[in-house]
Amino acid sequence: MAYLVMRGITKQFPGVLALDNVNFEVERGEIHALVGENGAGKSTLLKILAGALPMDKGEIILDGKPVVFHSPLDAMRHGIAVIYQEFNLVPYLSAGENIFLGREPRKFNGFVDFKKLHAEAQAILNRIGANFSSRDIVARLSVAQQQMTEIAKALSQNAKIIAMDEPTSALTEKEVEHLFEIMRGLKEEGVAIIFVSHRLEEIFQIAERITVLRDGKYVGTKRVEETNRDEVITMMVGREIKEKIPKRPAKIGDEILRVEGLTRKGVFSDITFSLRKGEILGLAGLVGSGRTEIARAIFGADPIDSGKIYLEGKEVKIRSPQDAIRLGIGLLTEDRKRYGLILPMTVRENTTLANLMEVAMRGFINFSRERAVAKRFVDELAIKTPSVEQLARNLSGGTQQKLVLAKWLFTKSKVLIFDEPTRGIDVGAKVEIYELMNQLAERGVGIIMISSELPEVLGMSDRILVIHEGKIAGELMREEATQEKIMQLATGGSIADR
Amino acid sequence: MPTDRSSDQLSFGAYLGNILLRYGIPLFIVLLCIYFTFSAPKFLTVDNLLNVLRQISINTIVALGMTFVIITAGIDLSVGSIVALSAVISTGVLKNGITLFGHTLQASYPWNVPFGIIVGLLLGIFLGLFNGFFITRFNMPPFVVTLAMMTIARGLAFIYTGGFPISELPQSFIIIGTGYLGPFPLPVIIMLICALLMHYILTRTTFGRYVFAIGGNEEAARLSGIDVNRVKLIVYTLSGFLAALAGIILAARLGSGDPKTGNMYELNAIAAVVLGGTSLSGGKGNIGGTFLGALLIGIIDNGLVLMRVSTFYQYVVKGAIILAAVLLDKIKEMRKL
Repeated sequence: MAYLVMRGITKQFPGVLALDNVNFEVERGEIHALVGENGAGKSTLLKILAGALPMDKGEIILDGKPVVFHSPLDAMRHGIAVIYQEFNLVPYLSAGENIFLGREPRKFNGFVDFKKLHAEAQAILNRIGANFSSRDIVARLSVAQQQMTEIAKALSQNAKIIAMDEPTSALTEKEVEHLFEIMRGLKEEGVAIIFVSHRLEEIFQIAERITVLRDGKYVGTKRVEETNRDEVITMMVGREIKEKIPKRPAKIGDEILRVEGLTRKGVFSDITFSLRKGEILGLAGLVGSGRTEIARAIFGADPIDSGKIYLEGKEVKIRSPQDAIRLGIGLLTEDRKRYGLILPMTVRENTTLANLMEVAMRGFINFSRERAVAKRFVDELAIKTPSVEQLARNLSGGTQQKLVLAKWLFTKSKVLIFDEPTRGIDVGAKVEIYELMNQLAERGVGIIMISSELPEVLGMSDRILVIHEGKIAGELMREEATQEKIMQLATGGSIADR
Repeated sequence: MPTDRSSDQLSFGAYLGNILLRYGIPLFIVLLCIYFTFSAPKFLTVDNLLNVLRQISINTIVALGMTFVIITAGIDLSVGSIVALSAVISTGVLKNGITLFGHTLQASYPWNVPFGIIVGLLLGIFLGLFNGFFITRFNMPPFVVTLAMMTIARGLAFIYTGGFPISELPQSFIIIGTGYLGPFPLPVIIMLICALLMHYILTRTTFGRYVFAIGGNEEAARLSGIDVNRVKLIVYTLSGFLAALAGIILAARLGSGDPKTGNMYELNAIAAVVLGGTSLSGGKGNIGGTFLGALLIGIIDNGLVLMRVSTFYQYVVKGAIILAAVLLDKIKEMRKL
């Protein structure tokens, strides 16, 4: 039996079955890759392994014995360490203090024995070939060095299994090489490593086995020498299209928006594309590929380093959301509660917020006009609310999304950017949102839709741009696009080499 | 918490508790008034009640600006010092004019009084702008910026006066703080006009709406095209202006511009705002509440004096009542959720 066996793991979140009877196992001294699309359930599985989330069903068998983890500390005591993308380090303590945080060696008088602490920390850091001192302050270390600190912390707790969530995403090529050396070294020592990554080429370089999850389900496990990139991608994407996507192709008109060479250093570079009236342009790509950042830059929410934006053929300067709104660009942000709505305000107040001047005279709000506007949108978009005086906080996710849409419709936007428009929304409301997008396209609005759900991208887009690490990796027309092709581009492959 | 349970199922105590919760601060004020009426016979007289209103006018005016600031989830600790600085500058300027680089600019009678007042108000506007500039341009925490301004403005007031109050002020100035219009003291009238004006600005204008939006969710407000920095700048400027106005009224009432005055006024103003149901985390609040909050503090002060409670005990009692009143509001909020 394998060293770690997770069997029949099931986890239900409100409205979503995040993990459905998932199996996963790791041998001693094995590097095992865990892959899947956004939302496939990798993070949830890691969190359950780390004791950070309880599972609803299933069992974990460690070294032949069934175990139950009630807390991260519990999992740690069993030799399991998880290194998340966001490091768990205290920035203004030294590396050594972080490594032994909460377990500092003490002198007879109860004070921390710093000499011993740093000696032991340094020994572990040397073991993994770290090029910095245990006394260095974490905030001044590079990302790669902070990662080594995390690994050292795991080793100081005698971790037998180290899980790393996207450990290479913020590293340079050289640093990735060093990380792989460390991983191989740990493997020699018999440590099992779970490697979660989107970068398939790296997985084929370092891992021995690959386990694929899709939509919370276990798809399969393959030895790297027995499989290839294409097969893994097919395993990742063969996603069923659960709901019917009611796309009505609209008449596509003249170019309305063009972006040339848009660059924000370190985030995205040389983004060039155009959008036409009535067109729905899908922006696909993995989470963190820079899609949202591109949208925010076009909207003026983040600054750009270079590049030009043309609206209806004329070059425009967009330095703030005000500029964008004045020019007729709207952004429906991915996190409605955090960026889209003022939750303690009413439906009425949220509807008019981005274009309040329209219902005001010389700075004074005309309340009857405002109420009429809000009522009109509540009817038009079938926003489910008892009245326009309802607080946005009390609405359901789908209704909130419609309210955000109402806000942008009231600004008479010519270009609307939808960022994950249906995330966290129930199926019925999803279809309604799609329907509204169809209507907008028919009215000649140009739509950019960012989405991690491939069926949605394929179903709604007239054209698809795939973003990979801040660059446009490829463009697909509606007719030629498939889940496999998108995933190839999104993971850094190209379609031509197939 | 079931809310549909009819009241007859509740014990008398719980029933009373519910009423207390529903009407909160206003009921608290009424109960306190009843109590003081019985324990201090002079409390419930027209003269005394007008006196209470006059006493709260300074704090209320300061608290009006503070309400705007706190609704944006900010804080302004400099208002007490701005009260003092505007008090000494306006009185100093009206008596001696402005002397800069050896040149003196002085308005002659009767224009010296409006000249002093205008200079005092402009100063408040300038200091508020200064606060707002550092808060918005450099994204510094309002707490720190206005704390610094609190010290700076207080220091400037001492430097300007050499530490001595400016007294022997003309009657035409003193009347602002001591005069009457009909039965109403002038400060009360100024306070009511300011309160009504601020109420209208906060509830009826696009600017007021933006103030709430920023406090409710600053990033969402920015992404809705609201010029967040401009709104905040105006809010701190408004707070500085109202503090300066309060300083002028205070100087007129006391008959002197005293650099030591206005001490702890920022805390009294914050107390009034919080008592009035404005949330320190922003996005929620109203002017009526602030007025009631200031009124509650004023009634406590006045009633305790009439009851001849020692000043030392007054502090403790006042603090306890503020704590109780806000606790009441918190309980109310929790029940609703």
